[in-house]
Amino acid sequence: MIKIKGLNKYFGSLHVLKDVDFAVDKSNVVVLIGASGSGKSTLLRCINFLELNDSGRVEIMGKSVDPKKDDLNKIRQDVGMVFQHFNLFPHKTVLENVIEAPIFVKKMPRQEAVETASYLLEKVGLSDKADVYPCQLSGGQKQRVAIARALAMNPKIMLFDEPTSALDPELVGEVLQVMKELAREGMTMVVVTHEMGFAKEVADAVFFMDEGKIVEEGKPCEIFTNPQHVRTQEFLGQVLA
Amino acid sequence: MTAIYEIFMENAAAFMQATTVTLKLTFVSLLLAMLIGLVFAFFKISGNRVLYGIAQLYITVIRGTPLIVQLMFLYFGIIKIVVLPAFWAGSLALAIHAGAYIAEIFRGTIQSIDRGQMEAARSLGMSYPLAMRRIILPQAFKRAIPPLGNQFIIGLKDSSLVAYLGVAEIYGTALYAQAENFQPFETYLVAGFYYLVLVIIFTFLVNKLELKLNVENGGDAK
Repeated sequence: MIKIKGLNKYFGSLHVLKDVDFAVDKSNVVVLIGASGSGKSTLLRCINFLELNDSGRVEIMGKSVDPKKDDLNKIRQDVGMVFQHFNLFPHKTVLENVIEAPIFVKKMPRQEAVETASYLLEKVGLSDKADVYPCQLSGGQKQRVAIARALAMNPKIMLFDEPTSALDPELVGEVLQVMKELAREGMTMVVVTHEMGFAKEVADAVFFMDEGKIVEEGKPCEIFTNPQHVRTQEFLGQVLA
Repeated sequence: MTAIYEIFMENAAAFMQATTVTLKLTFVSLLLAMLIGLVFAFFKISGNRVLYGIAQLYITVIRGTPLIVQLMFLYFGIIKIVVLPAFWAGSLALAIHAGAYIAEIFRGTIQSIDRGQMEAARSLGMSYPLAMRRIILPQAFKRAIPPLGNQFIIGLKDSSLVAYLGVAEIYGTALYAQAENFQPFETYLVAGFYYLVLVIIFTFLVNKLELKLNVENGGDAK
């Protein structure tokens, strides 16, 4: 589904991603871990071209993407994204947040968009909040709306950029629950997170990043119980302690 | 006191007529100014150096020179190109003036919208113009209401200078009346009163609008 080869990204003179190779198969859940500043969010944002790579190849669903030539808006429709700070549209109700893109991007008839949205809101357990504005929701509820909003475009891939990092601890569970269900349904997912429990339980593969490189990858049981690289050992030592 | 009252009564019809002219001048010029302001705000955030330079030059010149000079300059400039009634020439000149300030208001409020809003919109497949129109601008306009209200009040009062182009708005009417009645003090006081009442009414309306939008949209929080 996603294939990245030799990807380099600079912010000015800062080399944030160094020759990254990365691949995700269909229906797999991949978790990116690493210290902050290691480049995992940037890598994630390169997958839907919120950041453009300076060199290397990004292949989405079997098609190599050239940001200069290809219609990124078209590609992004297949790649949903959930942000750390939710980024719900504050001037729109929960329902309006979810139907906005299907109506204005996909030109879906309103009736159909509302039906889809209602189904998705039920799925994330927020049917009763359809007509409420985002500011009246808790963080966990906001993030679940954000997930429903992304799913409304019927994406083939979902990206999660630290989806629970801005939440109060007691609200983390409800968001992870929704994500686990998505994974069970066979959604292809790339998740940047510090929730090691989620990674152990759900991930098909874990990638550990350090200073712009993927230094170790493997099944969660291997990475968590028997990390090979010294930086992985240090990082997990601190996080799991 | 009686002299003021007499002048008020004697000129009531003329001033009421003049009030409609002042309001028309204000609305027309500020509507145009908002269009101009929006265009130049986009020039400034476009990332294009030429457009940015044009906007910067426009704003610098307008902010750096007195309105009365601009008014005269533009009026005599405009009527060289097209023959326009004084009302329209004045409206256009006021719009070009206020547009510079409104451009800065729009630029500021557009840029004050969290970057994540644009990113979220783009991640859903929206094009930049669509995201701007559906997601960023509605929020930016709402934030622009208090400074725009302020600019509107300034515009209302600035419209008095159009009297010098021969438009019979409130100040122009006072100019004319005091030349006839030889009571400038009382006449200008009455004219000031009309402006004051208009500004108070307008301030009240803006506050109501702000309150209404806040309730409707459930505040400004993420």
